[in-house]
Amino acid sequence: MCLYYSLMPSHSSGGATAKKTFCVQKVREDFPILGTHTRAGKPLCYLDNAATAQKPQAVIDALSYFYANQNANIDRGVYELGAEATELYERARKKIAARLNAASPAEIVFTRGTTESINLVACSLGGSVLKQGDEILITAMEHHANIVPWQQIAARTGAAIKVAPITPAGELDAMAFENLLTERVKIVAFTHMSNVLGTINDAAALTKKIRARCGAKVLVDGAQAIVHGDVDLQALDCDFYAFSGHKIYGPTGVGVLYGKQALLDSLPPYQTGGDMVVKVSFETATFKRSPHRFEAGTPAIAQAVGLATAFDYLDTLDMPAVRAHEADLLAYASAALREIKGLTIHGNAPNKGALIAFTMQGVHPHDIGTILDSENVCVRAGHHCAQPLMGVLGVQSTARASFALYNTRAEIDALVKALHKVNRMFNE
Amino acid sequence: MDELDELYQEIILDHNKRPRGRGELPGATHTAQGDNPLCGDEIRVFVRLEGDKIADVKFIGEGCAISKASASLMTQAVRGKTVAQAKEQIQKIHDMFTGQGCCEHTSFDTDGEIAALGGVKKFPQRVKCATLAWHALDAALDGKPNVSTE
Repeated sequence: MCLYYSLMPSHSSGGATAKKTFCVQKVREDFPILGTHTRAGKPLCYLDNAATAQKPQAVIDALSYFYANQNANIDRGVYELGAEATELYERARKKIAARLNAASPAEIVFTRGTTESINLVACSLGGSVLKQGDEILITAMEHHANIVPWQQIAARTGAAIKVAPITPAGELDAMAFENLLTERVKIVAFTHMSNVLGTINDAAALTKKIRARCGAKVLVDGAQAIVHGDVDLQALDCDFYAFSGHKIYGPTGVGVLYGKQALLDSLPPYQTGGDMVVKVSFETATFKRSPHRFEAGTPAIAQAVGLATAFDYLDTLDMPAVRAHEADLLAYASAALREIKGLTIHGNAPNKGALIAFTMQGVHPHDIGTILDSENVCVRAGHHCAQPLMGVLGVQSTARASFALYNTRAEIDALVKALHKVNRMFNE
Repeated sequence: MDELDELYQEIILDHNKRPRGRGELPGATHTAQGDNPLCGDEIRVFVRLEGDKIADVKFIGEGCAISKASASLMTQAVRGKTVAQAKEQIQKIHDMFTGQGCCEHTSFDTDGEIAALGGVKKFPQRVKCATLAWHALDAALDGKPNVSTE
């Protein structure tokens, strides 16, 4: 495993953690939606977790409790309620900073999600450092959110985008990546875990390699990896790390951009307006330091509190057992899917997170999705916001089953049964 | 017949496997591309007009069973028809999926195999698949280069 497991005592196997357990059936009871949407006696089989994960009751309760008891705008009112809301919001920041081992809470910027986090870096960093002849290095396995913002800033600055290729197994081509690391490269942006191939990139090793070769700043897209590994930002040593709340069992509308503090403080603001300024006249304004410099306007306060609650919830579980469970689901599903006639799995990296993109001979992924839905099995069908990667794989689209900690082998059995139905309808 | 069987009727599965009117059309006078941004599917429709008549119509592109069958059925339905008749057919398809202008299936009673598309109505997420080729035909007849189902 190349994802860094946190060395926080809560994750070691002794002392205070002895009481932490993980029982998938018990955990399922924490996610109320899993008990709903039964159709024709078939329970909901939710396997689209890479798109968004379901929420535990604790997170749902945190949101409603906030609105019922704690709601006020932050950083403004002198009244107690406002101070309490501010305290909760900043406590959420501290929680996340500690959980991910950031050097300081000031390195955690709340955004709307991974997409906004990357756009922020593309505009603020890209806009200040890139010039004609410079290069931005990405990989062939990136999500649109880690491609299009770079295209936009490249067009504005005259920089060029270079793409590191992948191997047939779906791994980053390490040699080609290294060869592309020249002095011209000013920014390297790569995914920690592909949302299509499942490939987990060794972000720490890649960052080290980049540092050795050039002075490029490193952004890691953690949208998927944040869910499937315990991210340790000090071990990764990247300059920026971006993720969304809703994929890690938190609310929609909130995400995080981690950035090294000195770097964040050196960047111009992304959006401007209230709350991020020190002083404003009709002519000019001065800006706060990070993280507030990047949080113009009223942020997603309740959602940030909800996201911290999601991390709190995960802290109650035996995370090594969760990881083992996810690995078991992936291995079990991979073996079962390989047995299905005409099915191809896209992405066979040895270090792979718990998702499987696949195609079936003679059947379009949308038809797979519809037939699976008739069995109450929810998978994603489409290009997964990775159209350039689809081109590399030589397909228009794929189906994708992605797993969360609450999924079971029984659900994979339901998936497999439904895939046989697809073959019966289309290939017999 | 359950909803799924109604969606994937024999006619649809047959046109999916052996699409009619598939391929380039040399000498096409009109062409337009239809894009479904949801899935990335693309269908290009070619039309050869002779006067007011659709002398030939073909399509290329990859798509799901519904979009491919619909395109195939479309070429059958409008080949040899006048532009006005084709436009009327496009309107009927539109009305069927938006639930306007008619009740269930009635406008399709006389349209033979196209009625098989009626099963799509129960699958709102798939309506765009069924209408993609028709949107492209409409755009081609209007002289527009492309259309998106967005």
